[in-house]
Amino acid sequence: MIPTAFDYQKASTVDEAIAALTDGDVKILAGGHSLLPALKLRLNQPSKLVNIAGIEELKGIKEEDGEIVIGAATTYHDIVKNDIIKSKLSFFSDSASRIGDVQVRNHGTIGGSLAHADPSADWTALVLAADAAIEVKGKNGKRRIKATEFFTGLFSTALEEGEIITAVRIPSPAEGTKTAYQKFPQPASRFAMVGCAVLRKPDGVTNIAFTGVSDNAFRDAAAEQAVAGKPLDDATIEAAANAAAEGVSILSDHYAAADYRKHLAKVYLKKVLHAVA
Amino acid sequence: MSQHTIGNSNYNSQQLYDADETIPVGFTVNGTHHTLQLTAATTLLDALREYMHLTGTKKGCDHGQCGACTVLLNGKRVNACLILAVTKDGADITTIEGIATADMLHPLQAAFIEHDAFQCGYCTPGQICSALGMLQEGRANTAEEIRELMSGNLCRCGAYTNIVDAILQYKNGGGRD
Repeated sequence: MIPTAFDYQKASTVDEAIAALTDGDVKILAGGHSLLPALKLRLNQPSKLVNIAGIEELKGIKEEDGEIVIGAATTYHDIVKNDIIKSKLSFFSDSASRIGDVQVRNHGTIGGSLAHADPSADWTALVLAADAAIEVKGKNGKRRIKATEFFTGLFSTALEEGEIITAVRIPSPAEGTKTAYQKFPQPASRFAMVGCAVLRKPDGVTNIAFTGVSDNAFRDAAAEQAVAGKPLDDATIEAAANAAAEGVSILSDHYAAADYRKHLAKVYLKKVLHAVA
Repeated sequence: MSQHTIGNSNYNSQQLYDADETIPVGFTVNGTHHTLQLTAATTLLDALREYMHLTGTKKGCDHGQCGACTVLLNGKRVNACLILAVTKDGADITTIEGIATADMLHPLQAAFIEHDAFQCGYCTPGQICSALGMLQEGRANTAEEIRELMSGNLCRCGAYTNIVDAILQYKNGGGRD
């Protein structure tokens, strides 16, 4: 229950943080609410931690150039309270207010959750459904990774060595866009045993993302196709549910066997589609 | 490279500290300023308990799930077990030891006693700090909201009903004088 010893460096700017990402197993510390449990269980034994929690340019939420920009070190609490998010991405604030508990939401950061890429995290499905891009910076400058290309496997992302997440950039939804997120929470941790996020545009184009179902969160193309441009009546929703979570490897553990998880995925897809109908 | 003041000492805030080095850190706990030398791996919880001997804050799961280590950090409730102490240089921290006055319980503590809001008492410091944090958040208007907003604090004795009653009584101004 005690982490192994590590070197420590605090960064005041993103460039300082990148410079501190030297060779060896260096981990970035922001809120620490995914990293510290991993350190204590010695699942991670980094040689050095770089603390980015104090970097002002990584905090806050703004709207610019048709995008909502959430700094990577912004806490869940600050996302829940933010007026831009409340009015334009209400499923972000609703969902964030149901992550873990208040203590966790006061300290955990969105960038930390995305970098950790827990298969049952809520943010992964949300950023996928929102068509977000993950902005990262390394020694060679900034780049954007589409959320659909960011989650590559169990606790794995497209982040490369020496890169840190700087922001999440979400296209500002058009007037009339509807969103919803529902999850079947693990009762103690409130991680999603299954979670489904939906964003439906005024023209009926619909983004559907699942978390908790497979090794990493994913967009469900078959379910999206089943509802695209169609009125969300019972028959269409049923067809989407039938198509959902097929052709992916389904997680199985002592909380939920694979067939039960798959069933939950279809049930939760119906819930969110009814919510945006 | 900027200079940064802690306690009475100055240190270079971007300095790289080796794993076996200790790092100077200063924070105010219950109104008293403390300056400590800690390794980077020391949690705020261990700093409070092992280095400041403030053992009121409890170590339950040590993984951010039980809430026994809840303290108020700059007014917000957090799990001290999931925070490295060296990252909180300059912070203002309130623990259970800072809640009562010299010879009088805080009215929320009195309400916990009146309502028998604990059995073994291990979770109680965290419950009380968490409840005070919650009430400062300006929410918790109903028993149902209190249950949800206190969900980060587990009580294995199952005193939840009485905990909610105690919080409601305090919130409604019925704390014993």
